[in-house]
Amino acid sequence: MTPEIALLLVQDGISTGAIYVLVGLGIVLVFLVTRVIFVPFGDVVGYAALTLAALQMKQMPGTVWLVLTLALMATATEVHALLRQDRSHRVPKALMLYGLLPLLPVLLVWLAAGRELPMLVGIALTCAITLPISPLLYRVAFRPLADASVLVLLIVAVAVHFAMSGLALVFFGPEGFRTEPLTRAFFNLGAVGVSGQSILIVASSAIISLLLFAFFEHTLAGKALRATAVNRVGARLVGIQPSTTGATAFLLASALAGISGILIGPVTTLYYDSGFLIGLKAFVGAIIGGLVSYPATAVGAMLVGLFESYASFFDSSLKEVFVFGALIPILVWQSMRKGSIEEEIEEEEHEGRA
Amino acid sequence: MRRWRPHPATILAVAFIAIAPAILQSFTITLMNYIGIYALAALGLVLLTGCGGLTSFGQAAFVGIGAYATAWYTSVHGGSPWIGLVLALAFTGLIATVLGAATLRLGGHFLPLSTIAWGIAIFFLFGNIDALGRYSGLSGIPPISLGPLSLADTTANYFFIWAVLGAVMLLSRNLLDSRQGRAIRSLRGGTAMVESLAIGSFRMRLAVFVLAGLLAGLSGWLYAHLQRYVSPAPFDIRPGIELLLMALVGGAGQIAGAVVGAAIVVLLKNILQDVLPPITRYSAQLEVVFFGILFVVLLQRARGGVVPMLRRFLPRRDPRKPALGPPLPRRAQAASAAWPVLRIEGATRSFGALVAVNDVSFEVRSHELLALIGPNGAGKSTLLNLITGTLKPDAGRVVFLGDDVTHLQPRHIAAKGMGRTFQHVKLRPNMTLLDNVLLGTYCRTRSGLLTGALRLDRPEEKSARAEALRQLERVGLADRFAEVAGNLPLGQQRLLEVARALAADPVLVVLDEPAAGLRQLEKRTLSDLLRSLRSEGMTIVLVEHDMDFVMNLVDRIVVMDFGVKLAEGLPAQIRADARVQEAYLGGVA
Amino acid sequence: MSALLSVEDLHVCYGKVEAVSGVSLEMQAGQIVTVIGPNGAGKTTLLAALMGLLPAKGETRYDGSDLSGLTTEERVRRGICLVPERRELFTEMTVADNLVLGAYTRWNERASVERDLQDVHARFPRLFERRTQLAGTLSGGERQMLALGRALMTKPRLLLLDEPSLGLAPLIVREIFRIITGLRELGVSILLVEQNARAALETADFGYVLETGCIVLGGKAADLVHDPRVIASYLGGKGN
Repeated sequence: MTPEIALLLVQDGISTGAIYVLVGLGIVLVFLVTRVIFVPFGDVVGYAALTLAALQMKQMPGTVWLVLTLALMATATEVHALLRQDRSHRVPKALMLYGLLPLLPVLLVWLAAGRELPMLVGIALTCAITLPISPLLYRVAFRPLADASVLVLLIVAVAVHFAMSGLALVFFGPEGFRTEPLTRAFFNLGAVGVSGQSILIVASSAIISLLLFAFFEHTLAGKALRATAVNRVGARLVGIQPSTTGATAFLLASALAGISGILIGPVTTLYYDSGFLIGLKAFVGAIIGGLVSYPATAVGAMLVGLFESYASFFDSSLKEVFVFGALIPILVWQSMRKGSIEEEIEEEEHEGRA
Repeated sequence: MRRWRPHPATILAVAFIAIAPAILQSFTITLMNYIGIYALAALGLVLLTGCGGLTSFGQAAFVGIGAYATAWYTSVHGGSPWIGLVLALAFTGLIATVLGAATLRLGGHFLPLSTIAWGIAIFFLFGNIDALGRYSGLSGIPPISLGPLSLADTTANYFFIWAVLGAVMLLSRNLLDSRQGRAIRSLRGGTAMVESLAIGSFRMRLAVFVLAGLLAGLSGWLYAHLQRYVSPAPFDIRPGIELLLMALVGGAGQIAGAVVGAAIVVLLKNILQDVLPPITRYSAQLEVVFFGILFVVLLQRARGGVVPMLRRFLPRRDPRKPALGPPLPRRAQAASAAWPVLRIEGATRSFGALVAVNDVSFEVRSHELLALIGPNGAGKSTLLNLITGTLKPDAGRVVFLGDDVTHLQPRHIAAKGMGRTFQHVKLRPNMTLLDNVLLGTYCRTRSGLLTGALRLDRPEEKSARAEALRQLERVGLADRFAEVAGNLPLGQQRLLEVARALAADPVLVVLDEPAAGLRQLEKRTLSDLLRSLRSEGMTIVLVEHDMDFVMNLVDRIVVMDFGVKLAEGLPAQIRADARVQEAYLGGVA
Repeated sequence: MSALLSVEDLHVCYGKVEAVSGVSLEMQAGQIVTVIGPNGAGKTTLLAALMGLLPAKGETRYDGSDLSGLTTEERVRRGICLVPERRELFTEMTVADNLVLGAYTRWNERASVERDLQDVHARFPRLFERRTQLAGTLSGGERQMLALGRALMTKPRLLLLDEPSLGLAPLIVREIFRIITGLRELGVSILLVEQNARAALETADFGYVLETGCIVLGGKAADLVHDPRVIASYLGGKGN
């Protein structure tokens, strides 16, 4: 391996790693606030990329059908729950929130699809239509199980993934797509060539991570999210509704998924099930962070990106085996840092029973 | 059910299976072959997830390992399918042991995540190894032959598969009803209780994990020789989820659930495959979507599965008193009167900024009933956890029966003769009273997995049951032995915990706030029980903060407050001690 | 004057056990009422039910209207606040953040929240000193103060305190109870559940005794202090 190739691999690894960082942050965020291991997160990333591709090919992205169906199901679930709790006065607001609000991006995309669109408009529309997906999934699949164990939530998440990926095949077909490059700029820094796209990806990732950080540190909504993650009962006792923070977390996740999809679209060819694999790899990064720490997640995701880049150089077909196989020693390492019985007892002594 | 009394439903089912080829079409028999094979793999999950509480998404990967092992050996190397079986079991057993050893210490949700990881890794491995035919797979696998009989046709395979499944189900049922099976069933719900009974939870988890892997390997072997062709596709994560779905739909923890679940899923898929294609060309995808949604609804509405629902309609049978046997051997030597059974020296433990136990020292003499009292937050429970080994002290020693046990694992301390109950009652609510107490006899019995499965453990079981019933009688719960522990009110649950601790024949019993939440009558039952235990020679340490309960019962009292030992002495002395009064009754004036 | 809080025939199950069996009590605005009793009597369960954390049967009226349909979060908005036994602080967040989050439901009353924050700092100077420290690093007494401070930030009209003296040294207990008495001037009514009967009865106006889920005694705190049964069981009489 020559130094040039090594540098190229590093560049490649850092760009993919930067995207995994965003996905990983989204996974950890959702987990900390709602205890859901959001396996379908990768699928949402895939939907975003494929939606952009469809728009760029002047076709109607099947995502509109997904959002329509989800909006319908979520509205039905919410109205049913409200009626059962004898709170029918809230039904109009629910109809607006779960029914009409998601329809706005659907309408916009419907009108815009099939036309020649400037790149930024395409990106904006993609973000808009990706945004409702995760919160609606939350309302339909996860909120009814809010008190279930992490395990049950995980199984549900996997089931939702299958539904989503099955639909992705229906909507987008089995072929692979690539979106237009975000920029064709290319810079030569001495002996090294750096693509403008890589710089854009890394910069976007860094900026968004910083924005997330600012949100958590300096806004009341962000603090409320952190509070729910740290102590659910305590949060309820100051009037923070878990369903509100849950929906916010999922909304942020959708936003991250949308941006990740847009960033990764030009980099690799994506198929209907590529999103899942992306999500899983980002997952490995999140596991390195122990699912508790954002900075460690970011570092872990970067490492995964670099590792994948080098592994694919050696044997491209086995790179998945390497990446997922590597998860096992990482999990073992994580488990050695904890003693399980002590944890159980400590949990009982010092946290709530909730 | 000690002697075999097959349930009428079982008899009907077996009869149906026996005559099915005669009355059903060949295609249905083919379906039933697949139901049988999947049921075998799903059974592994019933044991692993349903009984053991360990969720695995990678069961299909193990089926694949078994299938590929035998496929490679028989088609590429032209060997006998029976050697293929050996290879299938060897590979799955070995890989399960390695993966299990590496990942089973992971708590909570990390374990299922790891199963997703290696499930995917193994799938990609299948698809990328030339020797295994990559994504095209291996074909030309010969059928199994039983002597001169070759299982080439559907019906022959049918009987073989269902015979194997039946045998495995029988063995599993025996296993779950035996010593190791009970230990496996007790895994679900936290390790603290399990370890306090001297059961090695990690070894049990590994055992059931490998067992599930072996069942998957067996299923894979049957699959390969039925289909005569293997490719990676059926061993991906999605079939892994389907297997989990089968186990959950049928009823996790129910052996029959594996068959019922497999049947439901296979038949549903079949129906969908008939119904969907005329409607849409996306039938395969919609099938997946449908199952995804089904899964979610199932988990939201009926987490217990189908079999428990069906059970309600079947005739209930009265539980028969278990057959009893000679008593179990008792522990060699109880503590001599001159020796302190337990000695705490300078125990200290902090949680972050909070010093919960601060340099506490005292001893417990044999045959004595000692109370450790103090107001809420005094550190009593923490000290108790230090004694039993569930927590490790930052400084100081715990000496039990003359040995320094400070750094021993709780299960080793339990095996030395220390029994305990918990402040928040830790029972297995879905197991019967008898089974819960039988868990206590684990350290006094020795039947292994195989002995249990083959039902060679009957004499020991009878003795164990006799012991368990004896303890239940002592706490007044003997006539409810067949009831499920979750139905008991709190007071009786505490008594059940005591019975379980006693079943281990302990030298020292440590009780953590046994009277909390009990009504007057229940408290009296408890104090009578403790008195009679003491008169039989047991040493008891009682953590309490109900002064009344303790005053007329115990020999000596140690008082704690803010993690420090405040006073020690006879009840009368403690009652008169000004510092104790201040600690309990300090006012604001 | 209608009662601020009126509870009638309350039944609450904790798991399979009925922890509260037919409790009835009443509180007027501006009062400090205490419920004393031994461990396991159902005191914590009672407060949890009043806060909506546990489902309950029976009638609970707050300020004249029925509480039964309201979620915990809605009760907070109506002015009921619970300081639970375990405090439930946001241990990985700063003291300042904990206090600010107390005012979560009042996000649109910036000026009022700012004033209340100053008031809390004045009442608990130690919290002001430690405002950038993580809540998990505070001592037991400081945590209790932070929990009280955070509760005050919700601008409660009815404060439910679960064992405020738990795990605190006598000196600190004295301070806490002094602060509790001082809350009266804010117009806050307090329902106080305590194992430390003496401290509770010396602070409260009215008292109830709860034993195994039932109220066995009730009356003016000053009278209860002299009641022979109370003295016997809770104030260092025979057996204690």
